[in-house]
Order: sequence, then structure tokens, then C-alpha cells
Amino acid sequence: MADVLERVTKIIVDRLGVEESQINLDAKFKEDLGADSLDVVELVMELEDEFDMEISDDDAENITTVGDAVTYINSKN
Amino acid sequence: MNLEGKTALVTGASRGIGRAIALELARLGADVVVNYAGSEQRAKETADEITAMGRRSFIVQCDISDSEAVGAMVKETVDQFGRLDILVNNAGITRDNLMMRMKEQEWDEVINTNLKGVFLCTKAVTRQMMKQRSGRIINISSVVGRIGNAGQANYTAAKAGVIGLTKASARELAPRGITVNAIAPGFITTDMTDELPAEAKEQLISQIPLGTLGDTADIAAAAAFLAGDGAKYITGQVLGVDGGMAM
Repeated sequence: MADVLERVTKIIVDRLGVEESQINLDAKFKEDLGADSLDVVELVMELEDEFDMEISDDDAENITTVGDAVTYINSKN
Repeated sequence: MNLEGKTALVTGASRGIGRAIALELARLGADVVVNYAGSEQRAKETADEITAMGRRSFIVQCDISDSEAVGAMVKETVDQFGRLDILVNNAGITRDNLMMRMKEQEWDEVINTNLKGVFLCTKAVTRQMMKQRSGRIINISSVVGRIGNAGQANYTAAKAGVIGLTKASARELAPRGITVNAIAPGFITTDMTDELPAEAKEQLISQIPLGTLGDTADIAAAAAFLAGDGAKYITGQVLGVDGGMAM
């Protein structure tokens, strides 16, 4: 679990250029971390690569917070 | 203008305009995937000409209105070439008929290949191009999409749709360094226009300010320009290559 959050955090920091301290499970990509719609699409793409999984468009639409991403990844592994 | 090290996917590249574009991109240094729907032999000939120039090339059979097949084609391109810099959405069909006689199937087939196919191919390459933070998408529209044409309600609607799609995708993808432009060819000498009766052809030529049909090389030159460094600040545009038919 911690490992997944760590890896997700690293991707978000790299992609969105935010501070690690801004990232917590409740943080919303758009509202709290300054991502636009394309950024979120790209984040999902990177998560797919990082965790070697496919995230369907329907599922991706429901991933709006850091916690959503971590929960989703854990549920699939 | 140098496309050395670039990789391109050209749909409908076995014949006509697509073939001319594929060969021109290769001549300028690009590796080119040759997509085709039916003419395997002619696709092979295009690919052979490209490899004879010292570039990499392979053929992929794919109905571009089939999203799974399109996904597989793009995956194969990226697997083999490692990247994808240029997509040319060229593949298209005609099912001409007067609107009153046009069958729903004729409408659907043309819209599915000529418009939905462009959407599916664009969608499929976006992931790779977004990762690269660069890409060129060139959509082949048509002069009839700008000025209309009797007997081609389906084709005209699809080609006008391609212009709208070009502008929407240009806006969406611009922040990621991907440009999307359309070329609107006029009447170009190809298998598609060879089918026209001589009378119709004469009538056509009378509407062309420059007084002659175009050549596939005219379209290939425009595509090469849009794919090259010189066009890096151009996106969402429609470049008419039509002898002045639409102004």
C-alpha cells in the first residue's frame, strides 16, 4: 500500500510539478493539484505504464483524487 | 526539409494520394507504415519502394472504421519503430449517389470510413504523441467539404466533418506539442477520379481556375510541408490544394 502511494506520488510530482507535501489521499487532481483535463488523462496513462495495467475510460473518469488512484491500483493488483 | 529519424503512418497508402504521400515522406527520410484496406499487392509495392530508398517500412491491413484493428495497427507501429511522429489520415472511400437515391448504407459506409476512421486513428496515436510531447497529424479532407458537391452528400459531409475534427483536435492537442492540420485537395488524377466519365471531367475542369486536374505530387508536397519543421507554428488550418477552386 505504502509502496503504491509512493510510486503514485512520484508520478504526480514529476507530471504536475507540485510539491510532495501537497499530496495526500484526499487531494483532487484538478482542484488541489492544478491539473487540467489533459493532465489527468496523461496521469492515468503513466499509471497504466508504471503499474502495467489497463485502466478503461469509464474507470479513469472516476479517478479524481490521489486516493482514488491508489485504491484503484490496489484493487487490481 | 528533412524527416530523417521520423516515423510516419499513412492510411490508405497503397494507391493514389496516400501512396504519393508515403513515398514523399520516405524520400525526405521518414520510416513509413503503409496501411491499406484491400489492395495488398499495391501496398507491398509502396512498401518495397520505400525500403529501396533505405527507409524502414511495413504494410498493415486494417479497416480504419474498426477501433480494435486501428489500436492494433498503432501498437504495431510503435512496437516496431519505437515512436510515431506523423499520422496522415488519408484513407477514404466514395459511394456517390444523388441524395434522393442514396441508401442509408451508402451514407453510413462513407461516414464510418472517412470521418469516424479519422477520429479513431487520431485517438489511437494521441497517447504516443502526448508522451513524446510532439506529433504531426495531417487529415486529408477535400475541396467538396468546403464548397459542396452534388451526388456526394455523404462524402461532402464526411470531408466537412474532417475539417471540424481537425480544428477540435488541434485545440485539444496543441498544449502537448501536437499539430493537426487538414489538406483539402481539389480534383486530383487518381483511380477515384479516373472513374468519372469524360464529360463530367470536362465540366469539372471548367470550374478550376488553374484549368487542370491536380497531381498526387501536389498533395504529397503539401503533406511534406505540414510534416516538416517549417510548419511547426501551424495548427488547425485547412490548406487548399485545388487549383483555386475554393477561395
